[in-house]
Amino acid sequence: MSTKLVTNGYLSDEEMADLLPTQARLQKGPVGVLECIQDIPCNPCEQACSFQAISIGKPITSLPVLDEDKCIGCGACIPKCPGLAIFVVDCSRPGEMGTVQLPYEYYPLPEFGQIVDAVDRKGFLVAKAVIDRVNIQDHTAVLTILVPKAFVNIVRGIRLIGGDRDE
Amino acid sequence: MEKVEILVVGAGPAGLSAAMEAAKLGAQVRVVDENQKPGGQLFKQIHKFFGSKDHLAGTRGYEIGSALLKNTVEMGAKIDLNTVVYGIYPDRQVGIITADKSHQLLQAEKIILATGASENVLAFPGCTLPGIMSAGAVQTMVNIHRVLPASNVLMIGSGNVGLIVSYQILQAGGHVRALVEAAPQIGGYGVHAAKISRAGVPILTRYTIKCAYGTDQVEGATIIAVDDSFKPIGGTEREFSVGCIAIATGLTPLAELASLCGCTFTYVPRLGGMLPIHSEDMETTVPGIYVAGDITGVEEASTAMEEGRLAGIAAAAALGHVSAEKANLMKAQVWSRINTLRTGKFGQYRQEAKGKIMNERRALIVN
Amino acid sequence: MRVHQHPILGALKDEVWVNIEVDGTTICAREGEPIAAAIMANGRLKLRHTRKRQEPRGVFCGIGRCTDCVMTVDGQSNVRTCVTAVKAGMKIQTQGMTGDGEAEEWKK
Repeated sequence: MSTKLVTNGYLSDEEMADLLPTQARLQKGPVGVLECIQDIPCNPCEQACSFQAISIGKPITSLPVLDEDKCIGCGACIPKCPGLAIFVVDCSRPGEMGTVQLPYEYYPLPEFGQIVDAVDRKGFLVAKAVIDRVNIQDHTAVLTILVPKAFVNIVRGIRLIGGDRDE
Repeated sequence: MEKVEILVVGAGPAGLSAAMEAAKLGAQVRVVDENQKPGGQLFKQIHKFFGSKDHLAGTRGYEIGSALLKNTVEMGAKIDLNTVVYGIYPDRQVGIITADKSHQLLQAEKIILATGASENVLAFPGCTLPGIMSAGAVQTMVNIHRVLPASNVLMIGSGNVGLIVSYQILQAGGHVRALVEAAPQIGGYGVHAAKISRAGVPILTRYTIKCAYGTDQVEGATIIAVDDSFKPIGGTEREFSVGCIAIATGLTPLAELASLCGCTFTYVPRLGGMLPIHSEDMETTVPGIYVAGDITGVEEASTAMEEGRLAGIAAAAALGHVSAEKANLMKAQVWSRINTLRTGKFGQYRQEAKGKIMNERRALIVN
Repeated sequence: MRVHQHPILGALKDEVWVNIEVDGTTICAREGEPIAAAIMANGRLKLRHTRKRQEPRGVFCGIGRCTDCVMTVDGQSNVRTCVTAVKAGMKIQTQGMTGDGEAEEWKK
C-alpha cells in the first residue's frame, strides 16, 4: 500500500477518511481517533480501554477497530499507544469551539490557558488554540486544546514551544 | 585456568537475557562487556516499545533495561565490565583483557556471543567533518550524556533509527531541519514518521546528501534529489545550515568473534550483511557456541531479548541444568513470542530471512 | 549544548561538576561523563586533525569503536574520548594523527 504515510510521513485526508468518527457521533461527546494503519504487532490500546471499545484480537498485527458507541472519549488509551497515534476529538460543546486531546512529550509543557499554535499532520500552522487541560502519565502529557470545530480532525499537534523555538 | 560454565560476551539486551535465563536454571554464568556500562543500546531507548503485554509493550526501553539488569544480577550472573574478549581458541578457550588491563585465559563450557551490531558509514564529500556522526552517537550523546552536538541537525535515513533519533533530538530541544531518504518510501514505522512530521520535520524521500561543508566543523549541507536508480538529478539541490549531520543508514553485525572461532556465515543484506548461521536453539555451526541478538541479524531490542532467552535456556539445558522436556516447553513459549514479533509488513521479511538462516544450519548438520 | 531539561529523563540536578583543562582552557564537566561529551557540551566538535592534510575530525560512532575521537589525556596519547570518563583536573590536548609529535615533524 503506497500511502502518503510512507512517501511523506503523514496521513493524507483520503487515508484518514475511514478512521474519522461520524458527524453524528462527534455531536454526542468526545470520541477516540486511532490513526494506526500499518500492521505492526502491537496492542496496548486494546488493553488500555476499560470500556472494551477497542478491538484488535489475534493476530495482534490486526488494526485496532474503535466501537464509537462504547467509546466515551476518556483518553486513557492516548498515553498508552507506543506510536502516539491516538487522539480524542469532541464537537459537542456549545459554541464554535471543539476540543482535541493529543499526546505531547516535549519540554516545556504548555500551561492551562496558554495560547498555542495548532498544527496539522504535516506540521503546518492551521489555527490558534487554547490549552484547556494538561494531564501527565508516565512522562507522556495529554493536552486538551480548544480549537474551532472545523479543525478537530485536522489539528494533531501544537508547535513546539520554549527555548529558541519562540523565534 | 579459570573455568566458566556459560560465558556470555556482551551485556546488551540479548546477553543479559541469556545470562538471566541460564542463571535462573542454575548455571554458573559470567557476562563480559568491553563497555563501562551494561545494557548495550537499550538504555538510550527512551521511547515506549511495541508488541503485547508479554513483550512489555508500552514500557520505555531504559525501564526494560533496568529491570533486566536487576533480574540478571539477582539470578546470580556475574557481570564484568571494561573487559575485552580478544580471542576464542579451540575447545572454547577464551582470551580476555580484564578491567585492570591484565590478561586472562578462560575455559568456557558454553559461549554465547551477543556482541550486537555497529552503525554503517556513509561516504560523501565533507563526510569527515566534526559534527557528522552516526545517529546512534547522537542518541548516546543526547540520552545518556545529556549533550546536543548542535542545535540544528540534518538526519540521513528513514529507518526506525533515523525516525526515532530525530524525535529524540526534538525532545532534547534541538531542531531537525530535514530528514532525507534516498528511497521513494520511508523505511521505518509510519507512526514514528507521523510524530516528527507534525512536529515540523520535513521528511524528504528521493533525496540524498550531496556534500557537507564547514571549516573546523560542519556548517551546512547540500541535498539533492535522486531518480529511481538513485542517480542524482542536477538542479534539484537544496541547502541547509546545520551543525550536525546524523547518519542512520543501517547497521552491520559485530561478528568478528564468531568468525574467529570458525562459525559458518551467510550473507543476508536485509539483516545487515554477513552473519553467523544458527539453529532454532541459537547454536552456531561450532558446537557449544551460541549467538543471540543483532550479531545474528539486525532486528530490534525485543527480538534480541527473546533470542537471548533461547540461547540461555539451550546452553543451560545442554549442560544438564534442566530436562529436555522442560527446556522444550520454555523454548516453545519464547518462540511463540518471537514469531509474533516477526509478523506484519515490517516483520515478514525478517521471519523469512531467519527461516533461511536456520534452514542453512539444518542442511549443514544433515550433511 | 547541555540538555538541562528533558521531558522523559527529567532535569539535570544533583550533578557533580568538575573542572578539566582542554588545550590550556578550563571547562566545566559532569563528573564521570566521557571527555568528548564534556567538550561537546562546551561547543567544540573538532577533537583532532589528521597528519597529512591537517583535516579536522570529531566523534563518529560515540561508543568507542571507530577511534575518530582520540586525544592526548594526561600525557597519554590516542585515548578514546567518547568512552573515557573525565576526572577533576584532567589535562586534555589535541594531538596529530599519532599523538607523538609526528604531526609537527611532518609540517617541517
